[in-house]
Amino acid sequence: MDFSLTKEQVLFQQMIKDFAEREVKPLAAEVDEQERFPIETVEKMAKIGIMGIPIPKQYGGAGGNNVMYSMAVEELSAVCATTGVIVSAHTSLCAAPIMENGTEEQKQKYLPKLASGEWIGAFGLTEPNAGTDAAGQQTTAIEDGDNYIINGSKIFITNAEYAHVYVIFAMTDKSKGTRGISAFIIEKGTPGFSIGKKEKKMGIRGSATCELIFENVVLPKENLLGKLNKGFGIAMKTLDGGRIGIAAQALGIAQGAINETVRYVKERKQFGRPISGFQNTQFQLADMNTKTEASRMLVRKAANKKDQKVPYSVDAAMCKLYAAETAMEVTNKAVQLHGGYGYTREYPVERMMRDAKITEIYEGTSEVQRMVISANMLK
Amino acid sequence: MDTTCRVLTIPIKKEMKIVVCIKQVPDTTEIKIDPKTGTLIRDGVPSIMNPDDKSGLEMALQLKDEQGAHVTVITMGPPQADLILREAFAMGVDRAIHLTDRKFAGADTLATSHALAGALRKIEFDLLITGRQAIDGDTAQVGPQIAEHLDLPQVSYLEDLKFDGDKTFTMKRHIEEGYQMLEVEAPCVVTVLSSANTPRYMNVGGIVDAYQKEVEVWGFNEIEVDEKNLGLKGSPTSVHKAFARGLKPAGELYEVETDEAVGIIIKKLKEKFILN
Repeated sequence: MDFSLTKEQVLFQQMIKDFAEREVKPLAAEVDEQERFPIETVEKMAKIGIMGIPIPKQYGGAGGNNVMYSMAVEELSAVCATTGVIVSAHTSLCAAPIMENGTEEQKQKYLPKLASGEWIGAFGLTEPNAGTDAAGQQTTAIEDGDNYIINGSKIFITNAEYAHVYVIFAMTDKSKGTRGISAFIIEKGTPGFSIGKKEKKMGIRGSATCELIFENVVLPKENLLGKLNKGFGIAMKTLDGGRIGIAAQALGIAQGAINETVRYVKERKQFGRPISGFQNTQFQLADMNTKTEASRMLVRKAANKKDQKVPYSVDAAMCKLYAAETAMEVTNKAVQLHGGYGYTREYPVERMMRDAKITEIYEGTSEVQRMVISANMLK
Repeated sequence: MDTTCRVLTIPIKKEMKIVVCIKQVPDTTEIKIDPKTGTLIRDGVPSIMNPDDKSGLEMALQLKDEQGAHVTVITMGPPQADLILREAFAMGVDRAIHLTDRKFAGADTLATSHALAGALRKIEFDLLITGRQAIDGDTAQVGPQIAEHLDLPQVSYLEDLKFDGDKTFTMKRHIEEGYQMLEVEAPCVVTVLSSANTPRYMNVGGIVDAYQKEVEVWGFNEIEVDEKNLGLKGSPTSVHKAFARGLKPAGELYEVETDEAVGIIIKKLKEKFILN
């Protein structure tokens, strides 16, 4: 058993930490404050291959693995959780399902553009009445000759405004419930497809979360992703992978908050000495770091299992559950250790605490993760 | 019947060959020095590619991007210096050479430049780039010494360099009062300042491949050099004393009128018994 990174991963970590520190961190507060999608950062990431880390070289990707990808989301999120989720949704929720379920033509058409970052990807499953209960899809795809006619809407879609290609889900046979859902690939600019309301969010405020609207969208049959009526399985499998990305985001937020707090407690003086000298501070830091390191082990284990192509659904659920709850707890403590300053926007821990909350909600709430984990124990 | 044949010759432009010398250095100016031995304590200090060298490498890679070039990096150092050669692969170089041999150990700048020159005699190049100086020694001697050993023209403190596509480089050299513009013919040696450019990041795909590529490891037997010029024997420099400067406490800042300031200074000097 070996917990150390490979030589390539060591080199990769050196690069991504440096990139996050120099290119991403300086924009984080502004992106949050202005609710601005950091498109210039996406362009920089695209240039050096961050938008296509686990995509094979034959499709224009970097040919890396999921451990490297999780390290990227972690390090980006440690300084800016918005940037972390942009990469995560793009990679795990759009490129990955096309990679895993697409025809050769679909892979050739979409993956090189996604991997190079020329196109940004998004994913549309959630609807106003179909969140955790994803089976309650109301968007429909009606067969019409060589096409499907799509009607309905999707909400809370990360990257929506800036994406060029979307993997979406619709009912192709309403009578069959989850067995009547199919997945489709839809491009920006398809007639009848528009972007609706942009959400005003508590955290990850730069990630351009919007509604997708489909009004009599005519989609050729070649845009069906995977087999007809097999969309629910594709969605669930895609979310398994996505959970590793979100767990890595939560892990990064927690680590970022620890980094800020360690610096602060050494500088901040009360009662004539730095607050790092108080045992309460030391014990809080020890707990924060231990739980964050445990999150990291769970994330890397799940990512490694995905790389080894062995079942990883439960591992993904566990790392997502634990890392998300740790991020919430650690950022809460980080704000507390910063005192009144931590409650202001002068210090990044305030933003980190707001960013952390979403990791307990999206791509499967903590409650859903508990369902997945316990169902596997009791089967 | 005679057959005449017209031969159309199209000159094939030779691809420019660039070699960049790089060095692995400790990543901090806060290096601690062992007070007993006077040597650097490297434990726990991460190692990086020397910043001036990295800018030199970026200059080479920009020439490669713009005009096409074959770029080789070379380093002399212990086995762990392999890391910066992998980094160079991930940035886009074509070839990497690692000079490592017990005979090179303990080298000062002169012995280092002899070893590097010995290796460079085995490599064809039009342009040799080194960083101005390394942050762990700040001597700025190795680049110019290599040029002397190889009897090549040298231009130090480079900010910019352009190539005419044939054999002439136009260079912008930083001097104290401003800049000098020079034209130099290949082959030549330049030393580059870190202010010349912002080095690129490693490419993710390049990182994935970095350890699939071969780093050529060269020892004494692979290079052309007189052994007496190498290692400790070839190093005339002896370190008289190395010491870490003690930390100064944080200063106090007063924004007051001159008369009051004089009063404060006198009071402080008396407190420290410097004045009676």
